[in-house]
Amino acid sequence: MSLTLFIAVIVLIGTVPIAPLTVRYFGDRAPYLLGLVPAAIAVVLALAWQDVSAGETFGYSLAWIPGLDIAASWYLDGLTLTFALLVLGMGVLVLIYSRAYMAGEKDNGKFYAFLFLFMASMLGLALSDNIITMFIFWELTSISSYLLIGHKNTYESSRDSALQALIVTGAGGLALLAGLVALAIAAGTWEISEILQRVEVIYESPLAIPALILIAVGAFTKSAQAPFHFWLPNAMSAPTPVSAYLHSATMVKAGIFLLARLHPALNELWLWTPLLTTVGGVTMLGAAWQATREKDLKRILAYSTVSSLGTMVFLLGLGHDSAVKAAVTLMLAHAFYKGALFMIAGGLDRQTGTRDISRLGGLRRAMPFTAATAALAAVSMAGLPPFFGYLGKETFFAATLSAGSLVVLLSLAAVVVSVLHFVVVGLVIFRPFTGSSTYEAKAPTDGPFTLWGPPMLLALLGLGVGIASPWIGSQTVGPAVNAIAGATVKSKLELWPGFGMVLLLSSLTFGLGAIAYKLQPNFHRVHLGWRFGGDSVFNWIIRSFLRVAVRLTMLIQNGQLSRYISIVVLFGTVLIFSAMFTGAAFRWPGETIVIRFHEVVIAGSVLVASVMAALTNSRLRAVAALGASGFGISTLFVFYGAPDLGMTQILVETLTVILLVSVFRFLPTTGTETSNRVHWRDAMVALAGGAAISVIALSAVATKPVDSITEFFRANSKSEANGLNVVNTILVDFRALDTFGEIAVLAAAAIGVIALLRLKPSKKGPQ
Amino acid sequence: MNSIMLMTTARLLIPLLLLFAVFLLARGHDAPGGGFIAGLVVATAIALHALAFDIKSARALVRVHPRILVGTGLLISLVSALPGYVAGSPLMTGVWVELSIGSGGVKLGTPLLFDLGVFLVVTGMVMISILWLAEEEGA
Repeated sequence: MSLTLFIAVIVLIGTVPIAPLTVRYFGDRAPYLLGLVPAAIAVVLALAWQDVSAGETFGYSLAWIPGLDIAASWYLDGLTLTFALLVLGMGVLVLIYSRAYMAGEKDNGKFYAFLFLFMASMLGLALSDNIITMFIFWELTSISSYLLIGHKNTYESSRDSALQALIVTGAGGLALLAGLVALAIAAGTWEISEILQRVEVIYESPLAIPALILIAVGAFTKSAQAPFHFWLPNAMSAPTPVSAYLHSATMVKAGIFLLARLHPALNELWLWTPLLTTVGGVTMLGAAWQATREKDLKRILAYSTVSSLGTMVFLLGLGHDSAVKAAVTLMLAHAFYKGALFMIAGGLDRQTGTRDISRLGGLRRAMPFTAATAALAAVSMAGLPPFFGYLGKETFFAATLSAGSLVVLLSLAAVVVSVLHFVVVGLVIFRPFTGSSTYEAKAPTDGPFTLWGPPMLLALLGLGVGIASPWIGSQTVGPAVNAIAGATVKSKLELWPGFGMVLLLSSLTFGLGAIAYKLQPNFHRVHLGWRFGGDSVFNWIIRSFLRVAVRLTMLIQNGQLSRYISIVVLFGTVLIFSAMFTGAAFRWPGETIVIRFHEVVIAGSVLVASVMAALTNSRLRAVAALGASGFGISTLFVFYGAPDLGMTQILVETLTVILLVSVFRFLPTTGTETSNRVHWRDAMVALAGGAAISVIALSAVATKPVDSITEFFRANSKSEANGLNVVNTILVDFRALDTFGEIAVLAAAAIGVIALLRLKPSKKGPQ
Repeated sequence: MNSIMLMTTARLLIPLLLLFAVFLLARGHDAPGGGFIAGLVVATAIALHALAFDIKSARALVRVHPRILVGTGLLISLVSALPGYVAGSPLMTGVWVELSIGSGGVKLGTPLLFDLGVFLVVTGMVMISILWLAEEEGA
């Protein structure tokens, strides 16, 4: 089983390039074939179910970058198995659904490739045990989400939403990386399973609180918590299978998953509960309120998803055992009913041409199966027995009721959220499907089975799980809760908890929910003085960045070459002199230096040539003089035992002269019209730069070389690199990676040059 | 420019420069030379051709667009990192094969392959800079 974890991820990654080929040869039937891959992996992983629910864990580690303690290590326990099966199972259903939804669309090959990229990253994220490996998969989910949101890349709104999601989750990813590294340093290990064993060490570290804050920011951006939540409703411009899969069932739960995974290591920190309950609480209330005010079906569902995610964060923040149980139950229940509802929304959109609930009505006769599925899923979301959603809500209430001192406030919040969700359910199910028939399409139908079958299956599963709750409680929720709590916890799920506060709150919710739904048409008149948005702040930040960037560019890169050179020289000069004054003081060469005759001759001609280049008015003469000065310096290199450097320098000088001569004809023939003031300014810059270099050169001569690496290379170039030319062995062997970086930069510069040449204004144009 | 002297010299010099570049590339590991310098020498030869004749025919000296040279060079350097890894050492570890021909011998190794990549990148980059920046008609 242990090795299987690694193979599972590799197989999914391997499917990415195969997906477009499958689409090419099998057309719209491709998703069936492709669906076999995650289905098979799910079956294999499920074989471990028995052992895992008995409390066993599996691990497998493969050395990757041993020098940095980074390993491709994998781990399977109750939580990771549950999450992995969720990712794979939803993946299969979404693929089947896509068969109908994406039929006949263009770029399907690309679509499925990205979908598998996402699936592989999500599985990797779930199973990774090494912090760095997990982070890489985390970022890959952001990237594949970006590619999938922007799938309809001819629409500007898709592109904008995709970029917004990437910027928000990417920025959070940076915070997360810093937080994870801090946590690993605090714990002294990079393996998550080991970090969880070292709670005491972590709490003594001053890095613990910063790590928690940074990790939380990463989780909040990914799981769309306020104030970072705004990207998720905008991400609804993605094709519906993507919304159902990434932005409801799996990816947005990655933040929750991460917080759950690190729960045993962090939840005793004083900041954990206030931070998570506040953010989660604000998110669940604000988003639920906003959900009742939207008209687009997918946006309604998106805000209610944000609200549910907020509830999960809130519950993890409470952190006691029954809250953790509620979080896991809700996470699974939500995946079932919300995944189904998204698919329904997509089906409505596809069959009627709109998702606006004010323009839909009475569809229950035209689309009976869709309506029935929607009803099943919605009832689960409303929290009616015996559905899975009911269990989610019951455990939610039970958790807030055992919250200690704040029990009244928290339970009130729980009831308000549940009431608002009840209203959302009404909007989603009653508006489009009941009442008089209003729709624009001529004769909408349920469409092919694959359009309503997968959501129907999900909804029925929600029902089945609810009925089989005692079994699910011990087999799935229980092991996951144990993993999160870091201890064995009694987690029974039961449909009938007996008379008590929980039942009272449930009944209260249904009563108030029914009233609130009746009042919903008046909701838009209520102004809380605050929109649960965030777009405007985001846009302001992006605009400000661009404005500053433009100003800075105008200042530093104004297109005048002499300005660039001045800035570079001045900056270097300042650096050198500040180093001279702070650390390494200037030294005058103490011993007498023997200066030979030929050195005087070469240095003299370099000097003469340089002065000539500076003083002459003719461009050609200046270039020739510069060349002469360069050749002089190359000769010095040769005399000082650096023939490679000398040869390179000579060639570069030659080519520079040729280049300058050949671009001459584009330059104005008359001399440059610069004022005396500019001349003097440039002269000062040049003298300062020259002085800095001279100071360094003299100090270098005066300083006794410390244990130089020269000796190492001289001694080892033959034995280690099989070469006698030390310079070359450094370039292509000892430091080959650096050289590769350099030629990569060279290639990037070449691309830049080609791009710039393409940009040049056409002859006929005004310029 | 239509200088007979320059044209004649160029005709003689260019093949010599190209041969010299190959020589530099091959000996680079043990004596002064190497891919970087060899690339510059080739670029110089092509620039000389451009000066003596014209830019168009200088471009035709290399059949492909220099950007292909740059890409191929990068790829070759990257591939040269693999044999060492396959043999069980860290990436980019040099792997050498000694061929004895007659009394002498030739040693071939992945660092030479790496240097070949450097050579192609440098040649391509300098060609782009000189032949494409210098050209104004057409393009």
